[in-house]
Amino acid sequence: MSNETMTGASALVKSLEHAGVDVMFGIPGGAILPAYDPIYDSKIRHILVRHEQGAGHAATGYAQATGRVGVCIATSGPGATNLVTPLADAQMDSVPIVAITGQVASGAIGTDAFQEADIRGITMPVTKHNFLVTDPSQISKAIAEAFHIAGTGRPGAVLVDIAKDALQMQTEFSYPKNINLGGYHPVMEPTAESIRDAARLIAESKQPVLYVGGGAIKSNSQKELIKLAELTGAPVVTTLMALGAFPDSHPQHLGMPGMHGTVAAVTALQKADLLITLGARFDDRVTGKLSTFAVNAKIIHADIDPAEIGKNRRADVALVGDLTASINALIPAIKNEFKKSQPDLTPWLKQAYGWRERFPLGFDQPSDGSVSPQYVIERIGQIAGPDAIYVAGVGQHQMWASQFIKYENPRTWLNSGGLGTMGYAVPAAMGAKVGAPDKVVWAIDGDGCFQMTNQELVTCALNNIPIKVAVINNESLGMVRQWQTLFYNERYSNTQLHSKRIPDFAKLADAMGCVGLACETTADVNKTIEKAMSINDRPVVVDFSVFKDAMVWPMVAAGTSNDEIVNARSLAPIWDSQEL
Amino acid sequence: MTQSHPDSPSSSQSVRKNHTLSVLVENSPGVLARISSLFSRRGYNIDSLAVGPTEDPDFSRMTIVINVEDHALEQVIAQLDKLINVITITELDAVGSVQRELLLVKVSTDDKTRSQVLETVQLFRAKVVDVAQDAVTIEATGNAEKIQALLRVLQPYGIKELVQSGLVAMSRGLKPGSISED
Repeated sequence: MSNETMTGASALVKSLEHAGVDVMFGIPGGAILPAYDPIYDSKIRHILVRHEQGAGHAATGYAQATGRVGVCIATSGPGATNLVTPLADAQMDSVPIVAITGQVASGAIGTDAFQEADIRGITMPVTKHNFLVTDPSQISKAIAEAFHIAGTGRPGAVLVDIAKDALQMQTEFSYPKNINLGGYHPVMEPTAESIRDAARLIAESKQPVLYVGGGAIKSNSQKELIKLAELTGAPVVTTLMALGAFPDSHPQHLGMPGMHGTVAAVTALQKADLLITLGARFDDRVTGKLSTFAVNAKIIHADIDPAEIGKNRRADVALVGDLTASINALIPAIKNEFKKSQPDLTPWLKQAYGWRERFPLGFDQPSDGSVSPQYVIERIGQIAGPDAIYVAGVGQHQMWASQFIKYENPRTWLNSGGLGTMGYAVPAAMGAKVGAPDKVVWAIDGDGCFQMTNQELVTCALNNIPIKVAVINNESLGMVRQWQTLFYNERYSNTQLHSKRIPDFAKLADAMGCVGLACETTADVNKTIEKAMSINDRPVVVDFSVFKDAMVWPMVAAGTSNDEIVNARSLAPIWDSQEL
Repeated sequence: MTQSHPDSPSSSQSVRKNHTLSVLVENSPGVLARISSLFSRRGYNIDSLAVGPTEDPDFSRMTIVINVEDHALEQVIAQLDKLINVITITELDAVGSVQRELLLVKVSTDDKTRSQVLETVQLFRAKVVDVAQDAVTIEATGNAEKIQALLRVLQPYGIKELVQSGLVAMSRGLKPGSISED
């Protein structure tokens, strides 16, 4: 078989086509320019963004909504460094994306050439792997390996940096059929021994909790998870990265654990005698002060990444492998153990469901008659329903969106959980809408976040990507302000944004080719949301002017024990004496 | 900072000690940077690091000595193993492996002390590689204890300059997984 001769640039685009790419987000520039010539003829849709950060988050949103690898492309130097934040963001949340960057010509590397940045060196700590390609014959191999690494095992971000001369030179194209990476062999199946040990622990436990993390979304485990939950009868908590992995409406669901989790979820983890940890990583925002976290619990830890086992909390049984495979192996093993003996969970469930009943999520209406931000978000969730995709920025609005929107399906809740990237919502919503064009996509954003990346609304307007954006406008950096209220004597240093005055978000939206709406009263909330829902030919931005002093509750203050959870300011839950 | 998590309920009271890791890596650009960047960002302290070619030009061998608790060692190995360019990681214990450092040391001497220094060199089975009016330069190889002992003895004469390699180590006998020829 003779191979076709072509430029490195054509080999790159052909490789992307072979990898199954249907869309990429990017901006051209000097070093990547050769690649943009064959992109012009390619069947791959290229969406021209307004900032490379937007390209990166769009790739992430696309990947989170579809489960496929997201792709972004930028030039050398500043184009590449603008991708650093989204790469770190995707890597922290285990989202599969591939970033392609142009690099200065190989002979100029190391000379501080115009628009030169050592992006491979810069991104080493924030990617799963990265490549620098200076030989055109290596382009197809690097692309094939990049997609393989990004999308398999624990997914992550991969960067491929290609020197300009490698894009310009001629090469014989062939796309590798097999990928053989000597040092990369993700373990997919847990050992039989670990499954048996886990099943035994489950059969011995009287107070188990299924602690479900983002791995359950990545592994598409919803069906299996429901089976496991119903087989064991154990209550379930889903972390911020796992919302939708297990239906919120399921009677065994206690909600989200963590710093702003439900009292029931936080307390159930604290009091459990066994945590069946499924694709979660004992993040500090979930555990609170680690030495006081679930002190009486044994730990089963299922994760595809062996380095997560024992990283923060020692595991009694480790199930290393793909989560769906692990659950599928666990189910018959548990059934087998239950034949011998099945613990009676009734007292535990009574207690856990009692907490859920006594300490539900809630919010007070603002005393000054202004609009409650929680109410706005709750209504968006009710009106758009569980089939819509919700994409949050970072801060109070993110926590309220995690609390007051009800998630029934995986890949309907997208957010920046690990890195906590303000500005994530608008570009990620754009990527999600491109990946799932038939779904309603709502960005739930804050006025602070929105001002970081809203220029991608221009991209949305020009490319027929009709997302909806709710700006929860409390004219401040609300979460920081909340901490200033609670921990800094209400000294509001640099958190006042004045964004009810400047800018006018509705006018700004208009100027960017979107429909801009404003809502200032509780009475208008429903009809404004309905209006936004009725517009599908253009992006919509709604400026919801909300109560400035609303706070996120419950809360476990940073660095304290989960036992210190408060469900409102200075209001710890009142426990029955035998519970503590 | 280490990975010992002193506030973790599960952290045992284990002590830090030196561990020698023999790490086979792909011989590709940036591998050393990847490994040093990993150690730096995860807060693992490298005591010594030596890199060199192997019998196969596609691979390099790194010998890394780190001072951590057993629990942290598992994390170091698991994190190293996540690097795509890392092929295998083997922990080498002092008994089951040959461990060597190379030392070059320039010691002040005069007519009175030179013979004493040369005697020390003999005792330690070291070598004199350069002699000048006021100094001799000594080359020594051995395990860390031997090198330290030699330096202790030479210290009183006055050490003008000292350079030392990282530790290199190899398991005794056949490599694990290799096939016996006999």
